[in-house]
Amino acid sequence: MTGGRPRPAAAPDAAAAKAAWDHIEVSRHPDRPYALDLIERCLSDFTELHGDRQGGDDAAIVIGLARLGDRPVGVVANQKGRTLEERGRRNFGMAHPEGYRKAQRLFRLAGRLRLPVISFIDIPGAYPGVAAEERGQAWAIAQTIEAQLTLPTPYVAVVIGEGGSGGALATLLADAVLVLEHAFLTVASPETAAAILFRDAGRKQHAAAALCLEAENLVRWGIADEVVPEPPGGAHTDWDATAELLRPRLEAHLTRLVAAGADAAARRERYRRIDGLADAATRSAQA
Amino acid sequence: MIATTASPTTRPDPRGPAATPAARSAARPPTWICPECRTRHSLATALAQLYVCPSCGLHSRIGAWERVRQLADPGSFAKWDGELAAADRLQFVDTRRYTDRLAEAQERQQLPDAILTGAARIGGHAVGLAAFDFGFLGGSLSAAVGERLARAIEHCAGARQPFVCVTSSGGARMQEGVFSLLQMAKSVAALHTLAEAHVPFLSVLTDPTMGGSIASFAALGDVIIAEPRATIGFTGARVITQVTYEELPPGFQTSEFHHARGLIDHVVERPALRSTLIQLLRVLAPAGAATGETAA
Ligand SMILES: [Zn+2]
Repeated sequence: MTGGRPRPAAAPDAAAAKAAWDHIEVSRHPDRPYALDLIERCLSDFTELHGDRQGGDDAAIVIGLARLGDRPVGVVANQKGRTLEERGRRNFGMAHPEGYRKAQRLFRLAGRLRLPVISFIDIPGAYPGVAAEERGQAWAIAQTIEAQLTLPTPYVAVVIGEGGSGGALATLLADAVLVLEHAFLTVASPETAAAILFRDAGRKQHAAAALCLEAENLVRWGIADEVVPEPPGGAHTDWDATAELLRPRLEAHLTRLVAAGADAAARRERYRRIDGLADAATRSAQA
Repeated sequence: MIATTASPTTRPDPRGPAATPAARSAARPPTWICPECRTRHSLATALAQLYVCPSCGLHSRIGAWERVRQLADPGSFAKWDGELAAADRLQFVDTRRYTDRLAEAQERQQLPDAILTGAARIGGHAVGLAAFDFGFLGGSLSAAVGERLARAIEHCAGARQPFVCVTSSGGARMQEGVFSLLQMAKSVAALHTLAEAHVPFLSVLTDPTMGGSIASFAALGDVIIAEPRATIGFTGARVITQVTYEELPPGFQTSEFHHARGLIDHVVERPALRSTLIQLLRVLAPAGAATGETAA
């Protein structure tokens, strides 16, 4: 791990807050391509599969089989809705436990059939609802984290919009993590973070800046492998161009991982090594 | 008493608001006030009752050192990872500097961060023991907490000793941003070493166990035990109500609520926790690992 925060240690000023917030607005643009829009443009022969095989089919998570170039892959994605009806049906992309179990089903299926996995992350956060809690949302997320860290085949994730909290982690823990230029990964939504940190959800822009949500930081910290550029203005301006920029990067990383024989042990090692400790602290601990 | 290098083990729980001022008074015996029913008890009673209120049964929040005192065989605890402490990777400032919050918590709780880990014996069984400290920034998951947790787990896998983790955590530590989030992955990655070594993980959930803690390592115990009426869940009830306006069912997010739904094996009162762990360890501890078995 190298590098730290590119700014001095002070509360983010208004300009920094505005700059950080611009990315968030683009990532939430109503015309932004959602997972199925990019799956359609980056993959071929996509066949959606339905259900967790345990009694539920959560439309907030889409799973399926497809080809990336010549290579068969398993696909798992957060799916937001475009229309009012679809937003409701897909719960704004926020899964219930059935959705996380559906993702687990895809990871198991891919392991059994020796298929690499591609995931698309676009989730505001884990769903803050009674039913999700009653049915063990936390347990479902924990088990999905475990399923990713035991998946025996190569795995590429791409954050295409919002990557919020434990909900994002459920489909993020890949061998290669790509992030679209205006997408972000965060411990909590900027609104939630602002409510906790400043006791004022209205200071979401400052929270976004303080949390250093710019995609390039994830690469600097070794959490993501690459920022994938979007068309000028953002992905919403041109879905085809966005897919044209993304597809070759997915193919390149998957080809690399297949050649390297990426496996679950290497993936666990990657996430075991996430540190977040200052270099000095790490050194003294290892001494 | 337990061998420690930090605070005395008889030190009153830092969260007992009345304990410290009262303890300083030479004129009266020190007291403890239940944070739930506000009944005043002598500190001697509170200690003997393991900070379970004799009046209302509240299992009050206790610090990591007190938890170790309650669970480990006397004198058996030896802490791991010295001073490995949180780092301010984001140089985070909200209403205060994160480094100032950390320094204050370290001083107050006599811990480098929100978890205490070490080798211990429980009923003679050698275990790795981890205890979260809610008084340290809400027991939140910093990178250092995740690292301590992972090292403790891996030590247990290597030594083929059961891992016992008592969680009391609000979840992520906002000030460490995405590094905090990824401790969920780090802890689960480490837990796989226990699975590979066929070493058991006993997860004890106490008030509160929320967010990233219950959505990662804490939910993956081979056996999951909770203290009565602990608040356990991913999203806090207040946020759920604010966002969805949903009515909360009775007993929402309590230990008993999750037990009834098959998510927790047992709800165990604090005085019986040690003997419950010992009974499980008699079955699960690898052969030959238990020596010098003593009475519970
Ligand atoms: Zn009471």
